[in-house]
Amino acid sequence: MNCIIIDDEKLARTIIKTLCDEIDTLHVLEEFPNAMQAIKFLNENEVDLIFLDIHMPDFTGFDFVKTLKNPPSIVLTTSDPKFAIEAFQYECIVDYLLKPIEADRFKMAIEKAKKHQLIASKTEENKADTKLENDFYINIDRRLIKIDIPSIYLVEAKGDYIHIKTEDKNYTVHSTLKKIEEKLPDTLFLKIHRSYIINLKKIIDIEDNSVLIKKDVIPVSRSKRPELMKRLDLL
Amino acid sequence: MEQPNLTYIEQLARDDDSVKQTLINVIKTEFPEEKKDYYTSLEKKDYKKIEENVHRIKHKISILGLEQSYKLANTYEHNLREKKMDGVDDFEQILHTITAYIKTI
Repeated sequence: MNCIIIDDEKLARTIIKTLCDEIDTLHVLEEFPNAMQAIKFLNENEVDLIFLDIHMPDFTGFDFVKTLKNPPSIVLTTSDPKFAIEAFQYECIVDYLLKPIEADRFKMAIEKAKKHQLIASKTEENKADTKLENDFYINIDRRLIKIDIPSIYLVEAKGDYIHIKTEDKNYTVHSTLKKIEEKLPDTLFLKIHRSYIINLKKIIDIEDNSVLIKKDVIPVSRSKRPELMKRLDLL
Repeated sequence: MEQPNLTYIEQLARDDDSVKQTLINVIKTEFPEEKKDYYTSLEKKDYKKIEENVHRIKHKISILGLEQSYKLANTYEHNLREKKMDGVDDFEQILHTITAYIKTI
């Protein structure tokens, strides 16, 4: 893992560097006395892990984390335990080391960072897989018809059948909402009623307890409304 | 008053004298600078700067195994946040102790 150290105190940086040197898989690329210098470096280099002091003059560790669009794993280093709760707000912060840092505790933090990286890389792989599955087939009159997933704007349950409405054509298939729901990416689709799944990108407007999607007015269950509102990109 | 020691630094260095010396050299260089910054901020009565300087020195206090002094410095740092100087004398004594000690290492 490539890492950098950000701390305004040279002794703290030297101690972390000493601890890093004990771990073969860690490679310290650079150390910085302030966060501003580190931002420039991060824009130009691939970094897996940052050891970050919270308490720095002018620009704190948390200020720095907020500036990062795709933050690597971060281990906070501080002599003050009071920031621990705030640290939980950031997904990228994998551990919180209190100074003076003990060697065994440092190794635990590195193990956590490794796990965090593994999970992050698997998530990326899953995202890539999801993107690849951009369509599925339905069986109508012994013909297998390819359905382009993003073109679907509405799926409606009607007894033992479902109506799939796409930009070009509508299809009626012997299936269930539950089965098709498994095929549709959560990022794009939401079940807003026991009989309806909608494509969130195709919504035209929302009024009280209904959604206008294309020319269809679809009811929204009271229980589904909070989730729908959460998924909307409100101004 | 409790006396500073190199226990933490020796544990970290794991019998590697060059690592131990590097860490000692950093303390010997950085501590006088931080002490100077502290007194400058004290003269200006700049509470925020005093607090920042105490915070930086606090780490060295803990590195040198001064547990009681660390607590005093911590209290002083908290007082400074409320623009109170309670603890300034204790902190000055800690600085004297460290200054004397680093001349011996």
